[in-house]
Amino acid sequence: MNPLLPAFSLRDTEGADRSFPTAARPALIAFVKEDCPTCGIVLPLLDAFARAYGDALDVFLVGQTRDGNARMMQRHRLASPLLDDSGLKVSFAYDIDMVPAVFVADRDGREIERRMGFDRGEWQTLDASLAALAGRARAPIDWNALPEWRPGCGSLSVDPRYADRLRAEAENSPLRARKIEIAPDDDEVEFMFDQGFTDGLPVVPPTPERVIRMLAGTRRDPQSLVAVVPPNMGEATVEKVAINAVMAGCKPEYLPVVIAALEAVCTDAFNVHGVMATTMGASPVVVVNGPIRHRIGMNMKIGALGQGARANAAIGRALRLVIRNIGGARPGGTERSTLGNPMKFTMCFAEWEERSHWPPLHVERGFAPTDSVVTVYGMTGGPSLIVDQTSRTAAQLAGSIAQCMESIHHPKAHMMSDALLVVSPEHVDTLHTQQYTKADLRRRIQEVTSRPLRELVSDERSGVGMSQERAKTLSAEALDRRMPKFASDDMIHIVVAGSEAGKFSGLFHGWVGGEIGSQPVSRLIDPN
Amino acid sequence: MTTILDPTDEREPIARQLSPRSGAIRGTVAFLDISKPRGNVLLDRLEEQFKQRVPGIDVVRYSKPTFTKPAPEALRQEIRSKSDFVVEALAD
Repeated sequence: MNPLLPAFSLRDTEGADRSFPTAARPALIAFVKEDCPTCGIVLPLLDAFARAYGDALDVFLVGQTRDGNARMMQRHRLASPLLDDSGLKVSFAYDIDMVPAVFVADRDGREIERRMGFDRGEWQTLDASLAALAGRARAPIDWNALPEWRPGCGSLSVDPRYADRLRAEAENSPLRARKIEIAPDDDEVEFMFDQGFTDGLPVVPPTPERVIRMLAGTRRDPQSLVAVVPPNMGEATVEKVAINAVMAGCKPEYLPVVIAALEAVCTDAFNVHGVMATTMGASPVVVVNGPIRHRIGMNMKIGALGQGARANAAIGRALRLVIRNIGGARPGGTERSTLGNPMKFTMCFAEWEERSHWPPLHVERGFAPTDSVVTVYGMTGGPSLIVDQTSRTAAQLAGSIAQCMESIHHPKAHMMSDALLVVSPEHVDTLHTQQYTKADLRRRIQEVTSRPLRELVSDERSGVGMSQERAKTLSAEALDRRMPKFASDDMIHIVVAGSEAGKFSGLFHGWVGGEIGSQPVSRLIDPN
Repeated sequence: MTTILDPTDEREPIARQLSPRSGAIRGTVAFLDISKPRGNVLLDRLEEQFKQRVPGIDVVRYSKPTFTKPAPEALRQEIRSKSDFVVEALAD
């Protein structure tokens, strides 16, 4: 059985409402738009059909713009009024790509014929079927005066200016989030500030059409759950993540990275609640590896850790907005940072794998070089600059890096934290002169930062460190034992980024490392 | 009217918005005296002015039992169902 054509009710140019289907009459439904030359050819034919068969079948001539309808009525002196589908909802429901588009329905409203564009032979057949349906003589049309064939024009319902809105508003729209109507007198950006939706900077209004466009960035079902986000344990569906990604300024192709980063932070190992809530002021640092870096235009070179690169800035910001809006982590609420931290706006960059002599971060963490991977770190500070323009050997430079790393939290705070070291290309080259591996660099850092325990005891210069009382219980041998800065070598995370010029590296200071704090987590980015 | 999608987990209601302003006053205008002293004097004067400047409107007077408490639900419903506009008087 043929499918039922969508029902509709539209107002015509004379102000009357006309509905399809009507009881027990066949129908001709034609979609036209004013600036389509082929529509200009077929309109007199459609009008002739209406005159010849209109007493036996319903003729609906549907125009796609209101002004265009008025002009077409005048230009073609039409006897049948045009229906106003300037909202394009009926055109969308009929799923037409082009105009003119003509549908013939039987008396039950089922489709029995359709024609797109203009082909003289086909339209003569159409005329014959309409005459037969109506039981009337053929319409008086001089077919020889018409061109043999003319292509149709694009329907406005598939025009990129309208198509996303139509998809968002359609009955089968994938959107389920609560719709918020902003009154015309309200400024939408101010409204979003007032609602507490932003990080303190303006956000892009997440209109349904923008969210639909964002969802094109992933194959995942909009209602599938990405993560349960602490501290409120709010459910982040793909749609909710997309809404926040729109607000952050993401392009659709960034969405898979935001989704993977969110999955990574919402793990027990990463412990995003602790990271956001701590008075120490930690925040996720997102590192991206693999082919997607190039595909979405991530910055891994000059100024990689700073502003100016949309993908870097927007991905990190989207992650933070999700944690704020869905997880409910807000400064003064569960986010209790004493000083705050600019990384809480955004911190995301890519590794310049090609400029490194070492296996890239994701390969080191067990992924294939061709995988695209996001890795998240909970960091309290940085990037602080490690300045060494004079070391010429790997051991010297690694020693400098180690000395700077000792300052994390406090020089006397050993075995407390982890760190993310961003080695610049010039520093990579210096380390490469002695074929230093990442393992060599870690070992050197541990060696140079190692201090006898007696130097890490609280004293008159600083109260930080092991208490005097505890130190008194230890043997001289125990107090002479050297303690490295990091509890294990794998607490030192290493990536390569930055410009070709500058013997400076960057250092992110960790929070509480290990199982009781936050551990780095990597997630495969869903290839799209 | 701009429509946006809620970026939150939707556990809290959205703060109420201003109604659209039509730019014209017509129909029935409710004058609500909240029962603060001299609120009636203010409303009398406003009513005179409204009738002069916007002829053709109907003015209906209401008053709250006491200014210290919100208007009773029944009074709010009555004003909402019978009025196009409301002027609420403070005074003192």
